[in-house]
Amino acid sequence: MTESIVVENVTKSFTMRYHRTLKQMAVARVRGHEISNSFKALDDISFTVQQGEAIGLMGLNGSGKSTLLKLINGVMRPDEGSVLTRGRIAGLIATGAGFHPQLTGRENIYLNAAILGMSEAETRRKYDSIVDFADVGRFLDTPVAAYSSGMSSRLGFAIAIHVESHIFLADEVLAVGDRPFKRKCMARMQEIRDEGRTLFYVSHAPGSVRKMCDRVIVLEQGRVGFDGGVDEGIKFLKYDAGAEDDEPNDDDLGADI
Amino acid sequence: MTTLESARPDPEEWELASPAPKGGLAEVFRRRYLLKLVVKRQLAQQYSASVLGFIWSYIQPLIRFLVYYFAVAMVLKAHVDTPHFAIHLFCGLIMVHFFNQTIGAGTRSIWSNRRLVKKMALPREVFPVASVMVAAFHTLPQVIILAIATGIIGFAVDLTGILAGVLALTLITVFGAACALFFSAANVFFRDFQNLIGTITGFMHFMVPMIYSYDRIADSAIGGTVWEEVYLANPVATGVLLLQRCFWSGVVDDPSATLYPDHLMLRGVIMLAVSLVLLVLAQLTFRRLETKFPERL
Repeated sequence: MTESIVVENVTKSFTMRYHRTLKQMAVARVRGHEISNSFKALDDISFTVQQGEAIGLMGLNGSGKSTLLKLINGVMRPDEGSVLTRGRIAGLIATGAGFHPQLTGRENIYLNAAILGMSEAETRRKYDSIVDFADVGRFLDTPVAAYSSGMSSRLGFAIAIHVESHIFLADEVLAVGDRPFKRKCMARMQEIRDEGRTLFYVSHAPGSVRKMCDRVIVLEQGRVGFDGGVDEGIKFLKYDAGAEDDEPNDDDLGADI
Repeated sequence: MTTLESARPDPEEWELASPAPKGGLAEVFRRRYLLKLVVKRQLAQQYSASVLGFIWSYIQPLIRFLVYYFAVAMVLKAHVDTPHFAIHLFCGLIMVHFFNQTIGAGTRSIWSNRRLVKKMALPREVFPVASVMVAAFHTLPQVIILAIATGIIGFAVDLTGILAGVLALTLITVFGAACALFFSAANVFFRDFQNLIGTITGFMHFMVPMIYSYDRIADSAIGGTVWEEVYLANPVATGVLLLQRCFWSGVVDDPSATLYPDHLMLRGVIMLAVSLVLLVLAQLTFRRLETKFPERL
């Protein structure tokens, strides 16, 4: 087996600043208020992912999922510890990230693909397929500013899945988008998983995690609370209990609620 | 829908490495295709929803030139001692505007692209570098117009002059890039830098020998004092003098009518060397500050 993602003792803190101007800072100091405060979004996280594993990253809001994903994606660097990955990374940290509102859909496809590491020839070769998947029709030559949120996330997702990557990250990609598109995305992500790529899937939906993943990592206030089987992970989060009613629906759609 | 080609290289062939983009100026130029798209995007953005489009980069310098010529030559009559004052003025306008555009757009570059910087892994130096290239893109046509104008008047080619011209443009490019890199990062933390740079660019037209020639500085109260050296330590002032050494001296028949500081070429070369050092320092600073970008934007 080949290690795909190695996270070792990673800590990431953020500084919160309460006062922006010199005057505010001076006033705060005189009154004895705090000027800044830091909190640990991730606290001593360690795990290893093998190539081809499908990980469901779960946890409550604010548990550090997005920060962890940004570290793996390379947008952020850890304060302590190390994050190592093997191969090219693609995926969406947020829907429609990096689109420029004044550029048309067509221009944004080329720019976004270049940022994700695709060459001009590669983009041209896959262009039709991307357009086909995004299904934005005649809006392709309209500035993205005029797109609905569903359209821009469709376009973003379409580009991301066309990057030939070894690791695929998906963060709430399916939060927007209609039922047929969600189905299409889930099918495509399953294909990606079956191709032997490492899948890192952030979701609150136990149904889709059960369907997509073979291992679950649960974050709790910046620490790894659970790392193991899918059903145990969902049980650990107590997502299985109250969610019984909407489970079939959720299973069907893989909705990110 | 076509499926992906399985042309992906075997993961075993890849090393385990940090996913963060290597960054650095070298990486920016290695990913030239990305740089090209970012430059194109900035140009498209500048001229979006404008009828005249790219022609604006000719109209703007023309209007600037006419306004200065009107105020300085026709009203103040400050041009009487300066032969071919129009060329003298235009040399200064080109260099000052090149620098102002580089540092102005460069300083704002990371902040205005914060959506991308926050979400995507790419070498962030690409934005300040693109600002320098956009400024150069606007400057080159002006240099060509200047060359044509001097050619019509009668341009005496000399090797020192040509070298001075090349040195001038290189100097401002390197110095501008160093400033753009440093201030783009600093501006993420304190938007005050944006205003500081706005102030500096506002008076730059008066701090270079453009609406007056260098002999006025030599004759002035600061002439021969340490303050003259301070004045000349501004790379933009030296850049203007070097470009004038190329084009203005090329059209003025009598060399005694043109005065330059001693060792102008040597000054230029030293400043270029200093600017290269500044560029390295700016890059190092950028690398340090960059890790905090996503959370501070």
